Amino acid sequence: MIDKKFIGYEVPPTLWDVEKGRIRFFAEVIGATDAIHLDATAAKAAGYRNVVAPPTFIFGAESDSGVLMKLLDTLKIDLRKVLHGEQRFDYHAPVCAGDTLRFQTRVADIYDKKGGALEFVVNDTKVTNQLGEHVADLHSVIVVRHA
Amino acid sequence: MNVQVKIIDIGDDMPVLELPPISRTTLALFAGASGDHNPIHIDIDFAHGAGMKDVFAHGMLSMAYLGRALTEWVPQRQILSYGVRFAALTHLGDRVRCSGKVVEKLEHAGRPCVRVQISATKATGEITLAGEALVALN
Repeated sequence: MIDKKFIGYEVPPTLWDVEKGRIRFFAEVIGATDAIHLDATAAKAAGYRNVVAPPTFIFGAESDSGVLMKLLDTLKIDLRKVLHGEQRFDYHAPVCAGDTLRFQTRVADIYDKKGGALEFVVNDTKVTNQLGEHVADLHSVIVVRHA
Repeated sequence: MNVQVKIIDIGDDMPVLELPPISRTTLALFAGASGDHNPIHIDIDFAHGAGMKDVFAHGMLSMAYLGRALTEWVPQRQILSYGVRFAALTHLGDRVRCSGKVVEKLEHAGRPCVRVQISATKATGEITLAGEALVALN
């Protein structure tokens, strides 16, 4: 069982640089062809400071920055048992190439179902940028299968 | 091309987006592009060790496809909130189909908005992701 003392635990904040090539790569893999993801001139014409990340890009950025793995390690969760249960994004400002994002993740809840066969970890992440803007809030539910 | 959002009304459908079958290549590329390096999606040995028959798709890949369906319908800056529940695994060879329907008109922080029920399904009709997006009309 995951120790419930971690409810309220805050992962040390992480910084992550948003690279233009990475946004392009992500857009290409998912087949997003809108020029605002690919071409700085088109993005600027649309009112962005640089190419803009597709809506779910920041989730991967959070994984890539090491937040999730650090958290699983701290909570002693076996990666092989992990499934993604839910994911929500609340958007407040765009994420553009050249930005430096700051992820601040807090364990909002830990609970179990089916007599402990399934455990759930609820994480809330506040994302801000180098301009001090509150960019987004991420809400994730991780499922740990013991069956 | 983005449609004029102001004409969106309750009962309107988001244009359906149908994707090619999930391949190992797509999963490998998505792992690299997204930063989600969980080996269960790219390493069959790890998947076996976790009791799975094979690797399976990142839930976030389908969520990214659904996000693409949304942004091909409305300008991205009008998407205020977007969330899903992962209901079933998406396997190699599955064809992801993204769809959505406007179910409510409302005001959010003084802006006129619509709530859109969205889902990803397999060719069999099985729902893999279900959720909703809050989309501003201006």
